[in-house]
Amino acid sequence: MDAWSRLADTFLNWGYIAEVLPTMFSYGLLNTIVLALTSGIIGTALGILLALMGISRNPVARWIARIYTDIFRGLPAVLVILVIGLGFGPLLNELTGIRSPYPLGIAALSLMAAAYIGEIFRSGIQSVDKGQLEASRALGFGYGPSMRMIVVPQGIRRVLPALMNQFIALIKESSLVFTLGLMSRERELFQIGQDFAANNGNQSPLVAAAIFYLALTIPLTHLVNYIDNRLRTGKEQKHEPDEAAAVIGKGAHA
Amino acid sequence: MSQFTSGSLTGKNLHLAFGSNKVLRGIDIHVEKGTAASVIGPSGSGKSTLLRVMNRLIEPDQGDILLDGRSVLKDNPDELRRRIGMVFQQFNLFPHKSVGENVAFALRKLRKLPKDQAWAEALEQLDKVGLKHKAGVRPATLSGGQQQRVAIARALAMKPEVMFFDEATSALDPELVKGVLALMSDLAKDGMTMVVVTHEMGFSRNVSNQVVFMDGGVVVENGSPEQLFTAPKTERLQKFLSDVL
Repeated sequence: MDAWSRLADTFLNWGYIAEVLPTMFSYGLLNTIVLALTSGIIGTALGILLALMGISRNPVARWIARIYTDIFRGLPAVLVILVIGLGFGPLLNELTGIRSPYPLGIAALSLMAAAYIGEIFRSGIQSVDKGQLEASRALGFGYGPSMRMIVVPQGIRRVLPALMNQFIALIKESSLVFTLGLMSRERELFQIGQDFAANNGNQSPLVAAAIFYLALTIPLTHLVNYIDNRLRTGKEQKHEPDEAAAVIGKGAHA
Repeated sequence: MSQFTSGSLTGKNLHLAFGSNKVLRGIDIHVEKGTAASVIGPSGSGKSTLLRVMNRLIEPDQGDILLDGRSVLKDNPDELRRRIGMVFQQFNLFPHKSVGENVAFALRKLRKLPKDQAWAEALEQLDKVGLKHKAGVRPATLSGGQQQRVAIARALAMKPEVMFFDEATSALDPELVKGVLALMSDLAKDGMTMVVVTHEMGFSRNVSNQVVFMDGGVVVENGSPEQLFTAPKTERLQKFLSDVL
């Protein structure tokens, strides 16, 4: 066997790929999606809370949000997952009887996602023109209702693409829960690929996992671009002739 | 559109400083019920800040504000602002809501009108500014002049007793200024109490019946348009008029 066919066998051995596919389809894909989706949802909820604290007029709330964000954005993901997943294991077991580190993996991913998502929301909300708050308040809305009904919805709309990117990152980062030593049925795409690869001394199962990841992330990436484009062109100003002005202008001196 | 009850507005000895920057240094202003007062003066003289202090978007450091002869400083500021409509230089329409919803929104949430009644009133108000047919579109699809007329409709829908205009035509293309000024003239003729911060000397001279000249955070001259434009007493006003006219 020459070098090329050996390489081809290492990465594209169809036999191994066919062997690993049913496992990936039956629960690997599902676990990856569950990990990414639940931590995405929890992270978004916590992120909105952090963003609101971050723009709050209360300095203590701002301070807490700042420290939280700095810590969770400043640490390597694998470290956070290990510390939370292993460190809180005994406590979780004592309180709920759950032995699996799976929920703790979700918790760790959520806590990190919250820090990033919080910053995305905060910058989005703060990018809303301050005239919006002023106009709402001038109508007679209080500060809280103005933020809730006028400013925050605009800020959130504007960060949808960034939020989607964060979700794509979560799909990829969810692979790091393998460090917690999950039970067989709890394994996600990467770990299934890695276990098969290690058992057979062949990298093709990892290539299979890669194809799964790309099948998830590439369409999402293009969806992000599409949303981004639509948000951008939606803002485009279309000038129309001010026909009604002429009617009203009649008889008035300007 | 004379379905409103307008009131008089008075500011007494209003002071405001941002740190060491004294923006208002003792403003006394009285606008009689049904009067359109224009506030003129060089930029940085505190005109726009004065409007924001009088509707308590910014709380004054000192002084008093009276609406219809009664001090409003102890009132709930949100409720005070429902009685004073405000129109901005940059329109500040809500871009994520339709034109009709821009007007109807506060009617539902603040005046607590039922949904269909709020919408009907919004359409009626939009009709008065000639934009009823635009109720269903987003503000971004309108021209600047149209947007500003929607902003005026939005403010009027709250049935305010006083209307503030903060350089309402400064951001408009020249050919769109006329329609907005015409709307403001009609409002003045109908007897709305108005405080109009403006650079439009034509409006100030021909439409308003009171002119307030501000400079450096104080009212330098105050009187009828004839008095101020034909016989300015102070050197500062003389210089300002020779600069802008």
